[in-house]
Amino acid sequence: MSSKNTVSRRNFVKIFGLASSGLILGCNFSGKTPKIVRIDDGISFAPNLFVQLKKDGKLILISSRSEMGQGVKTSLASAIADEMEADWNFVSVQHATGNAAFGNQNTDGSRSVRTILTPMRKMGAMAKMMLISAAAKKWNVAEKECVAENHYIINTKTKEKIFFGDLVEEAKKVSIPSDKNIQLKDKKDFKYIGKNLKSVDLHDFTHGTAIYGIDARLPNMKFAAIARCPSPFGTVTSFDKTEALKITGVIDVVALDRVKRAFGMLGGVAVIATNTWAAFQGKNNLEITWNLGDNGNYDSKKYKQLITDRVHKKGKIVPGGKGNINKAFKNADKTVEATYYVPHLVHAPMEVPNALAWVHDGKCEVWTSTQTPQRAREEAANYLGIDKENVTINVTLLGGGFGRKAKPDYVVEAVALSKKMNAPVQVVWSREDEMQHAYYHTVSAQYIKGSLDDKGKVTGWLHRTAFPSITSTFKPLSDYGAGFEFAQGFNNHPFQIPNIHLENAKAEAYVRIGWLRSVAHIYHSFGINSFVDELAAKANKDPLLFNLELIGNNRIRQGRSKYPLNTKRLKNVLNIAVKMADWGKKLPDGHGIGLTVHYSFYSYVASVVEVSVINDKVKVHNIYTAIDCGLVLNKDNVINQMEGAALFGMSLTFYGEITAKNGAIVQSNFHDYQMTRMKDAPTIEVTVVDSDEPATGVGEPGVPPIAPAICNAIFNATGKRIRELPLKNIGLV
Amino acid sequence: MKYTLSINGKNHTVDAPEEMPLLWAIRDLAGLTGTKYGCGIAQCGACSVLIDGRLVKSCSFSVSDAINKEIFTIEGSSETLEFLRQTWNDGNVPQCGYCQSGQLIAATKLLDAVEKPTDKDIDDAMSGNICRCGTYTRIRKAIHKAVALKNNAI
Repeated sequence: MSSKNTVSRRNFVKIFGLASSGLILGCNFSGKTPKIVRIDDGISFAPNLFVQLKKDGKLILISSRSEMGQGVKTSLASAIADEMEADWNFVSVQHATGNAAFGNQNTDGSRSVRTILTPMRKMGAMAKMMLISAAAKKWNVAEKECVAENHYIINTKTKEKIFFGDLVEEAKKVSIPSDKNIQLKDKKDFKYIGKNLKSVDLHDFTHGTAIYGIDARLPNMKFAAIARCPSPFGTVTSFDKTEALKITGVIDVVALDRVKRAFGMLGGVAVIATNTWAAFQGKNNLEITWNLGDNGNYDSKKYKQLITDRVHKKGKIVPGGKGNINKAFKNADKTVEATYYVPHLVHAPMEVPNALAWVHDGKCEVWTSTQTPQRAREEAANYLGIDKENVTINVTLLGGGFGRKAKPDYVVEAVALSKKMNAPVQVVWSREDEMQHAYYHTVSAQYIKGSLDDKGKVTGWLHRTAFPSITSTFKPLSDYGAGFEFAQGFNNHPFQIPNIHLENAKAEAYVRIGWLRSVAHIYHSFGINSFVDELAAKANKDPLLFNLELIGNNRIRQGRSKYPLNTKRLKNVLNIAVKMADWGKKLPDGHGIGLTVHYSFYSYVASVVEVSVINDKVKVHNIYTAIDCGLVLNKDNVINQMEGAALFGMSLTFYGEITAKNGAIVQSNFHDYQMTRMKDAPTIEVTVVDSDEPATGVGEPGVPPIAPAICNAIFNATGKRIRELPLKNIGLV
Repeated sequence: MKYTLSINGKNHTVDAPEEMPLLWAIRDLAGLTGTKYGCGIAQCGACSVLIDGRLVKSCSFSVSDAINKEIFTIEGSSETLEFLRQTWNDGNVPQCGYCQSGQLIAATKLLDAVEKPTDKDIDDAMSGNICRCGTYTRIRKAIHKAVALKNNAI
């Protein structure tokens, strides 16, 4: 083994931020086949997953992905524990710090389980093999005579057994098995995978001991609140701090310049204090004159008209079309046209953005709720002009993320203030800050025209979409959509239609545009699946049969990824959901039922929603969701995510709307950006399809079907079409 | 001003202006971070505590009004709260967990006040608490189960 490839145990422990004495396994992702390497035996590439078995039997797993309620810590840990034949009671899970050694740590795109499930299983399997080797050596028997069971290795002949923890020293001497020798368990032998496992953080969640970013504490730390320009990228003309300094606890007031990077800070005026409330009060007492800048005229009412007009004219052609749309419309028996609108949305995680930074002695340490610790590390290093190696990002639990905490502008703020104050500083956004200075879910207008033949089959589909692109946040003046946004439902829908024509109209960004749970699928699913329902009505067909016909025969569409679209799986979830809902049953007066099936993030989801509309008030009574996400890791977690997605979808359908006037966001807190509450929570039933297909994500796919399914149900109840969200604006809440 | 707060039966002396919301005195001065900030305007319930058994949104309640009263937070323990913890655990209720301190406190108040709450009682008692992850259906089930546990225990 060459010495240059060796990472010493001490350095390794440093990377992972753990004090340790035990068998440690890492897992490398640089090659195609993930390889597990033992930490103290020399590695040519730094590992990115990590198992630590202690002598007392405690098994510590490092999660390279951030826990924000989607259950990733528990799910990934369960895969290792299962293959390792570990006892779940000995397992604890810690977040990794931000370090490229872990591979990609970005926790978004519903991809954690999809991309790292197999490596995690292999890590567990290898650990088990090594423990078996160690035990066999100890007993002087063949390895094949030993099996692992519930944290013990058992000698099948003598029935002797050794506790995992008692094998640590011996296992350290065992050589690493090669990747080709790793045997993963058969599905039938799974102990944890596919079963219902509880969150590893339950005890802390129910005792107030879970530590989120906002709970991070250091001796002598200061607290800061920042006043930012009402319109994005505006600047401070002048400010008066006299009244702010009068607040008890306020220490100082300092100006912050904008950092012109996608995740750089907005800048503004910061109030530093001895506690959060004093900082908030100080901020409220600042007198600031702003230069609103280029975005100071943004008016979302006018903008809505602008992009709506644009989708009614020719736009740029988007790949994905086929046939001849003009001919299809000319030969049509009937045509249908509709225009859809979805406003800006904001993430509103219950825990606001916050970060605690301590810059000292050429180093920077941060404690924060982040979905992207590596991005945070890069931004901190860039701001300070120091090497990334000198920046440590400690990832706490996240009190919700939904995409907001993938943008570490708030980390840069804390770093800048810690440097200025020469002390640990925690920046805490108020709820008003969170809602008024976000990376907003985009605003969109869509126009769709479809044609039907005399048998009610769809012959043509013209779809125009306009939305400020997420790309604009990275590259100003990006006025058209990007390929990844079209690929979220717009130009890859599963319908068998001979003539398709797709266009994208111009849409300039006047706020920072970011991704929010389910991203472009939210508006594309709303437009497409509402329109399919309109076509079904025009064709005089039952929406269920119409959807099944439109999806067409069983086929597999290969994309660029290894997860092709399988129409059989799509129809299957729809058939399951309608069965759960007893589709076709007689409904009470004023009730209606609607459905939507949508493929996103490589998972298949159908939802059927039953509503009532009485005295112009919509009430959701039941939501039935079926999901096929391939191999199920933690069934109860999948169900929990689908339940949560239903509520997230309801909130955006009923209330979700961020508007701007004179460049400033109008909404400021939960009184004018409302959420669905307990009294409006429906009954939710979820079926998770049992599948051997590769595992795919569950954090986002549950959201896109909800809004169109609710609106289709409203049509079913009332005959009224809903073509724009939210419902509160059209007198239905 | 120096105030002595009795939190979960233990005295904490804090130095705060009288108008400081109790939430920040509990979190930043007394150092108990289980009670959460969510909105600051009594809209989300993340900061819920009990003061002499009354459900209070601590973000909108002055620290000076809490003296000589018993403050109960998620770090505390009561017979009712323990039943709720058990059923929260059995039902794997939380997702991100952030709002659950407030949810559990609000549920504690409900169960202490109403022997056998109906769904309507739960709607009324729990609609002041937002869960952005959307765990409401599980919270509802866990409350019903805790009621059953509690009534069986008597």
